[in-house]
Amino acid sequence: MADLTPEEIRHHVKTYVIVFVALAFFTVVTVAISYLDLGVGASVVLALGVASIKGSLVACYFMHLIDEKITVYWTLLITATMFLILMLLPLGNMLAQIKI
Amino acid sequence: MSTDHHKESFLTKYIFSTDHKIIGLQYGITSLVWLLVGFTLMMIMRYQLAYPGNPVPIVGNLLGEGGIMPSEMYNSLGAMHGTIMIFLGVVPLAFGAFGNYFLPLQIGTIDMAFPKLNAASYWMYFVGSIVMIVGFFVPGGAANSGWTSYPPLSVTATMGQTVWLLGMVFLITSSLLGSINILVTVIQLRAKGMTWMKLPIFVWTQFITAFLLLLAFPPLEAASVLQLMDRLVGTSFFMPSGLVVSGVVQNYTGGGSPLLWQHLFWFLAHPEVYVLILPAFGIITEVIANNTRKPIWGYKAMVYAMVFLGFMSFIVWAHHMYITGMGTSIGAFFQTTTMIISIPSVVILTTLFLSLWGGSIRFNTPMLFALAFIPMFGIGGLTGLPLGLAASDIHLHDTYYVIGHFHYVVAPGTIFALFAGIYYWFPKITGKRTNETLGKLHFFFSFIFMNGVFMPMFVQGLAGVSRRLWDGGEIYAHAADVLYLNEVMSISAWLLGLAQIFFIVNMIISLRGKKTGETNPWGATTIDWTDTTSPPLGHGNFETVPTVYRGPYEYSVPGADKDFTPQSEKG
Amino acid sequence: MDIPYTVKDRPDTGLYNGKLGIWLFLGSEVMLFGGLFSAYVFLRTGAESWPTGADILNVPLATLNTLFLITSSVTMVMSWASLKLKEFDKFKLYAGLTLLLAASFLVVKYFEYTAKFHHGLFPSTNNFLGIYFTLTGLHVLHIIGGMIVIFFFWMPGAKMWESDPDRFTNRIEIVGLYWHFVDLVWIFLFPVLYLL
Repeated sequence: MADLTPEEIRHHVKTYVIVFVALAFFTVVTVAISYLDLGVGASVVLALGVASIKGSLVACYFMHLIDEKITVYWTLLITATMFLILMLLPLGNMLAQIKI
Repeated sequence: MSTDHHKESFLTKYIFSTDHKIIGLQYGITSLVWLLVGFTLMMIMRYQLAYPGNPVPIVGNLLGEGGIMPSEMYNSLGAMHGTIMIFLGVVPLAFGAFGNYFLPLQIGTIDMAFPKLNAASYWMYFVGSIVMIVGFFVPGGAANSGWTSYPPLSVTATMGQTVWLLGMVFLITSSLLGSINILVTVIQLRAKGMTWMKLPIFVWTQFITAFLLLLAFPPLEAASVLQLMDRLVGTSFFMPSGLVVSGVVQNYTGGGSPLLWQHLFWFLAHPEVYVLILPAFGIITEVIANNTRKPIWGYKAMVYAMVFLGFMSFIVWAHHMYITGMGTSIGAFFQTTTMIISIPSVVILTTLFLSLWGGSIRFNTPMLFALAFIPMFGIGGLTGLPLGLAASDIHLHDTYYVIGHFHYVVAPGTIFALFAGIYYWFPKITGKRTNETLGKLHFFFSFIFMNGVFMPMFVQGLAGVSRRLWDGGEIYAHAADVLYLNEVMSISAWLLGLAQIFFIVNMIISLRGKKTGETNPWGATTIDWTDTTSPPLGHGNFETVPTVYRGPYEYSVPGADKDFTPQSEKG
Repeated sequence: MDIPYTVKDRPDTGLYNGKLGIWLFLGSEVMLFGGLFSAYVFLRTGAESWPTGADILNVPLATLNTLFLITSSVTMVMSWASLKLKEFDKFKLYAGLTLLLAASFLVVKYFEYTAKFHHGLFPSTNNFLGIYFTLTGLHVLHIIGGMIVIFFFWMPGAKMWESDPDRFTNRIEIVGLYWHFVDLVWIFLFPVLYLL
């Protein structure tokens, strides 16, 4: 990031504005979807899906992940793996619990 | 060479220093004190186990009426012994002290990446440890629900448990800040030529340990917050519905799960045991390479094994929970991963063992501790296998067998490695030598009595003696035949304590001794030894920061004039 | 001797120390909130009954809060971009706006919490409220922490712009990364707690 020209910065700024509009749009979308009666599975998938899109926009453009270095990508990959383990295994345990 | 010699007050130079060497020493001295405290708690506990219900000598009046230890006090001593040894003793010594002091020296840089953050992490540790000890002085005494703090017991426990949780928050924060520092330092500050596969194994182990701490500790911090909420605000994250205590139905909202705590706790606590052993592997490797005068056999295998070990450590934790009513499929999953994780440990131990073959072995004090580590860790590891297999674990879970297993890995395992490190690096830190006779006496007696304390535990465990019993199993008929071992273990423990006097005396007289003027008395190859003074320069460590040309263990290179070739020597 | 790569990028990694440090820290933060999210999933899946978020919580207010935070993310990155363009006054403006938006978020949260207490709804009432207060409470603490740091660089710390502008710019970049993460957490918290 130390060697960006003013031109490139101004281009980035345009991107930030577009991303902001997209984020606001998806916020409205996710709230609107919640008023529909879609059943548990679909609601969860859609809510998390939209959140993931919003999160990706923030990460890729505001946090500049889209042109980050490989070291950072590795860090995030390892973190994401551990996060998934933390989310899925306790749940898997509980679902497989022996019912007396 | 730094020319910025602004006047430093005593406070900034020694107390709030940002120099990694001073901070390393701060961690080292603090953690050694806490190790002694934790050890003393155990010696007191072992009196009760050997002579249940008898007034405890010397400290009896602090414990209870007429010097007799009540069961709650035994439980407090037990919970705090574990907590202090792990979080206030071993990890700060292995990671905070050795890591901070030697990692920058071994990779050829002038300090850690974030010196102020480093100081902050030490002081967080210090404050956290004081908070932990405060627990002993609150009404109801210190935490007494085991270092594992399982609810509902821990949620219904006295004030000391709240103090424990608060202490953990400080200690975890300290750990996280320390890990970030180690990781950035290794990735960003390696000297020119110090590529990944030229790093000393000590550095690799610190690096992997830092990743484990970084990612595994936060869920425990989250869980501690949840338990604090249960205790202080009346939530029921871990409190099941319809809880009855001593015949009284408890007034909790309910709907919570004690198993949730176990998952979040062991998500950390399993990687934590690899945090306990990895730095030990690193130190042992340095000492063995140095005292065989030959390169380590299987450097790459060791590195890959350690990385794999680090990763696997995150997916085995439920082997601590086999008897919680776990379904067979998920039990099979964790059993499989647990069996797989034993493989890298075996690879590492094998490479260390094979490294001895054909070596010119020097049997100095650090090497004796390092050599003993191998079979001791071997016993610890092998006794883990019946625990890792669910079927046998049903019989052995929560018995003395478990205590024997993990103590073998940590006590004649890690702690021996830490002693090896202290004896090995003492000349670098001080410029002086330790007394070899006292060192060897320390080793021999420690080795004998370590086995005296922990070997009988397997016997008791197989007989079915449960852990955390304040009377050592006296009340149970099935323990009768093995009860005599309690006295054997207790006497061994007290003699083990006495054996540490050799170490303490050695440290005192050696520190008061004369500087030898040698910068590399062991003839080591790593740049912490070859390119620094003893002790290293206050600001900046190196007269000139070295460039690295070789691997870390180039001993006995054919055609060389010395039997060791420094990493910084041009090829 | 100075510690290398505090401002300049290390050639092989392409990073300066602080940037790597903050990403590692954010990794640990993912695991911290992850622990709480995992608890949420565990408790909800195992619960006999679980209320619908919208029945108890105020969705319109939270939507407003979401927009506050998203906007604050934009103003935060704009404050960094202004520094890259050497426009210090714009930096001050955008950083100030970020603080204002963050404060607005806190005000809304204050009204949300007090309204709950007023209606006799506390963390101890049921596990949904327990996890709601804990998750949003921890998030609020992170907002406050971020505000303190942004304020420091907005006011007393801004001196560094005079002495070492590149280092100052990097610090704002690092603070920005933290701030975006706090926004990211809310982007998931909002639908999970309020909309599901």
